[in-house]
Amino acid sequence: MFRILTLGIWLAAGMANAAETLRMAVTTSFHNSGLADILLPEIADDLDLDVQLLVVGTGQALRLGEAGDVDAILVHSQTAEEAFIDAGHGTHRREIMYNDFVIVGPQSDPAAVSGAGDAADALSRIAGNAARFVSRGDESGTHKRELNLWESAGGIPEADWYNEVGAGMGAALNTAAGLGAYILSDRASWLNFGNKGDLTLLFAGDPVLFNQYAYLPVNPARHNHVKADLAADLETWLTSARAQELIDGYMIDGETLFVFNAQPDG
Amino acid sequence: MVDLWQGLSQAFWLVVTLDAELAEIALRSLQVTFTALALGCLIAMPLAALLAVRRFRWRRTVIAVLNALMGLPPVVVGLVVYVLLSRSGPLGVLGLLFTPTAMIIAQMIVIVPLMASIAHQSLRDLWAEYHDLLISMNVTQSQKIKTLLWDARRALLTAALAGFGRGIGEVGAIMIVGGNIDHVTRVLTTAIALETGKGEFALALALGFVLIALTILVNLLIHWLGQTEREGRW
Repeated sequence: MFRILTLGIWLAAGMANAAETLRMAVTTSFHNSGLADILLPEIADDLDLDVQLLVVGTGQALRLGEAGDVDAILVHSQTAEEAFIDAGHGTHRREIMYNDFVIVGPQSDPAAVSGAGDAADALSRIAGNAARFVSRGDESGTHKRELNLWESAGGIPEADWYNEVGAGMGAALNTAAGLGAYILSDRASWLNFGNKGDLTLLFAGDPVLFNQYAYLPVNPARHNHVKADLAADLETWLTSARAQELIDGYMIDGETLFVFNAQPDG
Repeated sequence: MVDLWQGLSQAFWLVVTLDAELAEIALRSLQVTFTALALGCLIAMPLAALLAVRRFRWRRTVIAVLNALMGLPPVVVGLVVYVLLSRSGPLGVLGLLFTPTAMIIAQMIVIVPLMASIAHQSLRDLWAEYHDLLISMNVTQSQKIKTLLWDARRALLTAALAGFGRGIGEVGAIMIVGGNIDHVTRVLTTAIALETGKGEFALALALGFVLIALTILVNLLIHWLGQTEREGRW
């Protein structure tokens, strides 16, 4: 017994921390896209800053910021972000980059979504055919956008073909692949997803599918432990030419995933 | 089936090439669970002995509650610890949320009732055997507890291994309080959840096989250290 205890204490002593760290809550779509793995090592090199990512839905990311558990957030749901700033939880909102949402579904495309005129039409076709649809159902930015789209397509469905999974982008895509269902995904997560199965990209290009990512530092006046200086350093880096080069240059299978659109000193 | 084989072979190569990232998260899994186990034992074992030797008014209730808490849902434990440790929670000033310490606290809460219940079962049986002898020798309460704990050490080892098993394979609580931060709080189970989310089933399975192998290895090692199944009953 005592040998085990000693071993445990020895192992515990091995835990150590180094360098300056910053906690940032990001959306699952940002992380699953693989862009984080490109940017973080560069940030560590350029700023000597260790950015710790908490990968959650936009809803939870905003809650983490409200509670002061993170120093900054990078999310994609403009109305929720503006409410966050208005409530004084964050100092300001800075747009960084965008990509777009796509509608993914089974190759056989029973609802003929690929021929739809716009996003609302695509969803109406799914509803009209009662084709299976997987919804994130987790208050994330993608989920909020999906609900908006459903509203414009004639209301949020409540039927057995409409399945809310309450999970991240990857997990929801897994479910859709398993069920052979339609799903709304951001383009980056879709391209980087490893278990596409029978799914294929069926609809994209409607301007309402535009997906803006923004950076919001948490208000140090609310939480005095927040590392506002480091958050400002990171913002400068994320809006720099260096970040632009990396973000615009990030490709999977020859496709660009994100487009940098930060305004200098905006 | 293809995924299963891919997972197995990928697990093999990860281990053979001593993949740095795998080593890091595997080591962190062990650090967190062993620390939680060590601290948990310090609480669970004396508590179990005390419940065996001491007669007090709410004893039966405490034992029943302890037994019921064996099934404590980790995700609820995680949520409660999260709310307590959050910056806006009562213990927020400590800044412990999203650190390995928070994961250790959550795992301790999950495994202590389990270990205490299992330990209490065997200590109670032993106490029935020792009762008359120890009473006639007129020993103090703490001497009784020490005697019981020492003589039942093999059974306590089983309790500790049960605690280890529950801790190392646990994901619900540590995902919430640890946040699965790369290089800080990512352990085997949360990495498996993450890779599954990315649709990387082969890698997720590979990590799963590594986790299972690690658990078996630790159990064998502890049995060897404790010399169980070798000589004598104790």
